[in-house]
Amino acid sequence: MYAQLVETGAAETSEKDREFQEKIDRGVRIEANDWMPEGYRKTLIRQISQHAHSEIVGQLPEGNWITRAPSLQRKAILLAKVQDEAGHGLYLYCAAETLGISRDEMTAQLLSGKAKYSSIFNYPTLTWADIGAVGWLVDGAAIMNQVPLQRCSYGPYSRAMIRVCKEESFHQRQGFDIMRQLCQGTDDQKAMAQDALNRWWWPSLMMFGPSDKDSVHSEQSMKWGIKQNTNDELRQKFVDQTVPQAEWLGLTVPDPDLAWNEAKGGYDFGEPDWSEFYEVLKGNGPCNRDRLAARNKAWDDGAWYRDGLIAHAEKQQTIAAE
Amino acid sequence: MSKEWPLWEIFIRGQHGLSHRHVGSLHAPDAEMALKNARDVYTRRNEGMSIWVVESAKITAFDPDTAEQNFAAPKSKVYRHPSFFEIPDDVGAM
Repeated sequence: MYAQLVETGAAETSEKDREFQEKIDRGVRIEANDWMPEGYRKTLIRQISQHAHSEIVGQLPEGNWITRAPSLQRKAILLAKVQDEAGHGLYLYCAAETLGISRDEMTAQLLSGKAKYSSIFNYPTLTWADIGAVGWLVDGAAIMNQVPLQRCSYGPYSRAMIRVCKEESFHQRQGFDIMRQLCQGTDDQKAMAQDALNRWWWPSLMMFGPSDKDSVHSEQSMKWGIKQNTNDELRQKFVDQTVPQAEWLGLTVPDPDLAWNEAKGGYDFGEPDWSEFYEVLKGNGPCNRDRLAARNKAWDDGAWYRDGLIAHAEKQQTIAAE
Repeated sequence: MSKEWPLWEIFIRGQHGLSHRHVGSLHAPDAEMALKNARDVYTRRNEGMSIWVVESAKITAFDPDTAEQNFAAPKSKVYRHPSFFEIPDDVGAM
């Protein structure tokens, strides 16, 4: 999802670890200054920072269309949405910082390529319909993952998620609204919407991460109350929710294996191309290099501004002290 | 890398008559910028009518490991709650 393949390490079994696990099992929230196993701390730092990086990098594919939105209203809405993504990144960075990593360390990890962000943001937004598809599918998948994270055992993360979820629903609806308008427009506009769905469907399914049988870290994360549902459960839920919406739009989901399964009360669907997923994670997706270059440029170009403001603040303090 | 901006804790009054409530934190070079950033980060949907910012380093808190001894005393003082005292029904409202 916004955090994929987060490593957990192995759990220790000291007396303190056992007490900690009991606390989790009782549903007690863990707060920043509470004792916690190193593995729990590190897993959360990885997951929350990866989630934050995803929000920040996620601004890039959408920012691509701000200057070319088809109307002033669509432009204002897209600007508000991209501004929300920046806000979500900031809530999450702050939650990660409570675990003892600094903002600059996290930024450095992102800029050097050491830290991951969601695979989905390494795909290009080629047409205006992609902005619709991203809101509808990518934010839709994000909500699926973030709603249960509101109950995460770590207090600062769960509170950040509550805030994010309140705002995220606007994102999905504005995406669906773009798709709806295109699908009710000319044949060319509808074809553009179908093309966007064709390209975003499989990458959206990959957002949930590999299948449970290949997801080595899920079990420990679930035991610690960091993760509430398995990757496959969430993916199934997403497909079940989204397919009827695609039908409503009059679009075809690009999966020949898609079929309603009455017995399980859900859809059967095909397997995403996991080799593509691992290639994108390794840095070989269509836009990995562009995304990192854009973040590095923003950081480098903003250095004089950050330094200028801190110099001003220090000067004001000196003047006040005199 | 340049010097990191300090961390600030943000408190927002949602509406008239309510107290300020902690909503999160952010980095800013000084108090004035912290206020402006807090407005942009935490009140994009009219969540507040007043904002306080406090440098995180200036906040003092108990060590959570001592919570038991710090907060134990009131547990034995149940008489601080009105429900401790039984008032006969025929006394009327009190």
